[in-house]
Amino acid sequence: MGGTTSKSTFWTGIRDGFPFILVAAPFGTLFGVLASESGLGVHEALGFSLAVFAGAAQFTALQLLQENTPAVIVVISALAVNLRMAMYSATLTPYLGAAPMWQRALAAYMLVDQSFALSAVKFEAEPEMTVPQRMGYFFGSCIPVAIVWLGATVMGAWAGSQIPASWGLDFALPIAFCAMIGPVLRTPAHLAACFTAATVALLVAGLPYNAGLIVAGSAGMMAGARTELWMTRRAIAEGPLS
Amino acid sequence: MSTEMSPTSPEVMWGIILSLAIGSYLLRFAFLGWIGDRPLPEWLLRHLRYTAVAFIPALVAPVAVWPAATGGQTDPARLAAAAATLSVGYFTRSVIAAMFTGAGMIFLFVWLPG
Repeated sequence: MGGTTSKSTFWTGIRDGFPFILVAAPFGTLFGVLASESGLGVHEALGFSLAVFAGAAQFTALQLLQENTPAVIVVISALAVNLRMAMYSATLTPYLGAAPMWQRALAAYMLVDQSFALSAVKFEAEPEMTVPQRMGYFFGSCIPVAIVWLGATVMGAWAGSQIPASWGLDFALPIAFCAMIGPVLRTPAHLAACFTAATVALLVAGLPYNAGLIVAGSAGMMAGARTELWMTRRAIAEGPLS
Repeated sequence: MSTEMSPTSPEVMWGIILSLAIGSYLLRFAFLGWIGDRPLPEWLLRHLRYTAVAFIPALVAPVAVWPAATGGQTDPARLAAAAATLSVGYFTRSVIAAMFTGAGMIFLFVWLPG
């Protein structure tokens, strides 16, 4: 195995990050198209992807804007979807916390699902990596996805302005969300969070300003945390299996 | 009378983009930049783990059950497409496979008949 310098770990990161462009390309394009259908110009769509740089939160904001939700609720809800970034940040801190501030500041911007997932696994598997090597890997892992995400947004926004509204892309966003969520439902706790949130959302859908989203999301979050705690306790009570 | 959504003004839109950008950045920077190596309380991490997996379904469920395109009437075709997308994603663990399933079903059962 190579990876003795930060430069070579950077290239390893780029290679590992490459498969994610298969997801970033269609989703970035979709974001651009739907942003355009919601009345955003190419500049605003690119501004969104460049400044916010978080797919699920961007799609959330878009969906709520389509439902004429007040700006404050749009921001709160999209940030709630992004709360997991704080968990990513906390998880990577023991590995990257000793790096210079400017690197950590830049790394925070580049902290997305893909770079987190790759890095967390890599750093745990190879504890002998130095901090510069880890930073190299981290930045490499998010570069393919970042470039493709931004490029696809612009292409989608441009294409969206050429697509007639009658194509009925109305349901593309819910489908995209379902496609994102299905694969991450790994444990009973994830399932509990997902289905509690969905059920509560239907029950409180009548609340004004889409406030039901925050209520239902919080309920789902607590259901997930509770289930995880319960599963852990049960596993401890039953003792090791072998 | 128009049922079109009222367009968000560019000022409000950029306000939203900027607020989201700053907020998202601070969430990402919080621990990496400020907290350093101090460990977080386990209960907090436990809740943070489930934010996306709770908020996104909460967002989708009402839209899937009462789609705007049908004026809020439950549409079996759209609901089935959403359910199939979720199931394929769950069982194959592939975002792409799920996406194609959903798009295919929308094409077959919503676009073609419409």
